[in-house]
Amino acid sequence: MALRIFANGLQVVAVLALAPLVRGVVDWWKERIQSQRGPSIIQPYRDLWKLFHKDEVVSTESSWVFRVAPYVVFTTPLVVTLLIPVLTAYPLAFAFMGDMLGGGFVLALGGVWAALAAVDTGNPYGPMGASRTRMVGFLAEPVFMIVFFTVSVVAGSTIPYIVQQRWVASPAAFFEPAHVLLLVAFLMLILAEAGRLPVDSPSGHFELAMIEESRTLEYSGPAAALVKWGGAMKFTVLILIYVNVLVTPWGLARGPGLGEILAAIPLVGLKVAVFLAVLGIIESSVAKLRLYRISEFLGAAFVTAVAAMMTRLF
Amino acid sequence: MPVGPLVGALNDLACGAFLLTAFALVVVRQVQECLWVFVLQSVLLASSSFLLAVRLRVPDLVAVGVLTLAVKTVLIPWLLRKTVQEEIYARRELAQLVTVPASLLVSLALAVGAYLLTTPLGTATVGAGRANLPIGTAGLLVGAYTLAVRREAVPQVIAILAMENGAFLAGVAVAPDLPLIAELAASFDVLVIALVMGLLTRALHEHVGTTDVATLRTLREEPAPWSPS
Repeated sequence: MALRIFANGLQVVAVLALAPLVRGVVDWWKERIQSQRGPSIIQPYRDLWKLFHKDEVVSTESSWVFRVAPYVVFTTPLVVTLLIPVLTAYPLAFAFMGDMLGGGFVLALGGVWAALAAVDTGNPYGPMGASRTRMVGFLAEPVFMIVFFTVSVVAGSTIPYIVQQRWVASPAAFFEPAHVLLLVAFLMLILAEAGRLPVDSPSGHFELAMIEESRTLEYSGPAAALVKWGGAMKFTVLILIYVNVLVTPWGLARGPGLGEILAAIPLVGLKVAVFLAVLGIIESSVAKLRLYRISEFLGAAFVTAVAAMMTRLF
Repeated sequence: MPVGPLVGALNDLACGAFLLTAFALVVVRQVQECLWVFVLQSVLLASSSFLLAVRLRVPDLVAVGVLTLAVKTVLIPWLLRKTVQEEIYARRELAQLVTVPASLLVSLALAVGAYLLTTPLGTATVGAGRANLPIGTAGLLVGAYTLAVRREAVPQVIAILAMENGAFLAGVAVAPDLPLIAELAASFDVLVIALVMGLLTRALHEHVGTTDVATLRTLREEPAPWSPS
């Protein structure tokens, strides 16, 4: 039991430490695909280091919400990390504390606080970004629900550790349409939720076109670092749910030994790196959608998810 | 290792992707994209018939698949490009009669309807090809919907061909051992339909200068030169 709690803590530490690297790697891939040189993959760590050593400025117009929000944004992905398989294929100490639906709610909590904080400041761009993120959020919500319904119909459970075992039972189970269409729908969701390209440009700094980034314009110094780090962790958690629960549990530790669990870190890292390469290709080949076309993008995701459920249900 | 379930799952997957291409045909905005989605749909149809040939041990279905590939992914795109070239390569946005999200929801409702309609008939295709009948029917209905909401001639031609694809997808599972000559005749039919409609579109384009069928409101006969009036 003690080891399981330790392993659970270890996976939180792993996500905490490696999340900025995920950001760095996806940028690195994109630069390579677009044949540019770009910053090194450890640039996000340098950014965080720099921000933590700067002074913080807080608007006199803002209330306590603005000050609390960075901590909520920073901690909610860590809570979700306790619930999902990061390094092990068997459930750890807190695995049954909440299912995928619960994890989704906890992640959404961070988003709500970020939006509240953006409205709290007097900055005109903050509320605009907040309302846009909410729009993307409420369009993504039904897709999330259908994905979870399909998962629960197929696997008989929404506990991520149980779901992941379902798809590798046989190659036929892996290639069944419900699974593959689910993968497509969830990929579109990740693009929307993490503010990646067809929905939102992660590297764009033009305020009128921003969605995700403009919520955090008012933050400076350590608070900005926490918000950035929290965003990177949310992105990492979504990717881990995708590659470890929905795609495959391959490469995860099967035994209880500490060495095996540590050996899973590079293997899972490899899977994530492959996923990020695919993401880089997607992001380099599509243009940003106009704001009112986002509903069409997420409508397509919804239709895909419902098609996945239909092929299974009837 | 038994390959049966895997082949069955792959066939279901081809059907699922087929359904997505049917949805995509409703919403794409460029004529060229329409054509590419149609080609992809035909490839999926062909792969479904190949997989069913393996699963049900019906060698005829291989010929059906090859025929589909030859006619629908090579000949028909080539014919359409020959007859209505400037329409295919036009870089303009197609007008949507119904907004995209609404169209998607209607298509989804049609697909659910197709499932509800064909589930009682499921005994005909129990086991392999279980997904073909409902998804083929859904392809047919969604194709008809596409035909109704598209207002340009070339996408409408593609919608008719997509309806035919849907009927075929259901057909290969319901009647896998149909005589090959029937399939051959159907494929030839489709080819002729594509040619005739392509030429008609071309004539329309030459006469009116547009292929936007929404502006065709009245039917008017040319006064014949020899008429007594």
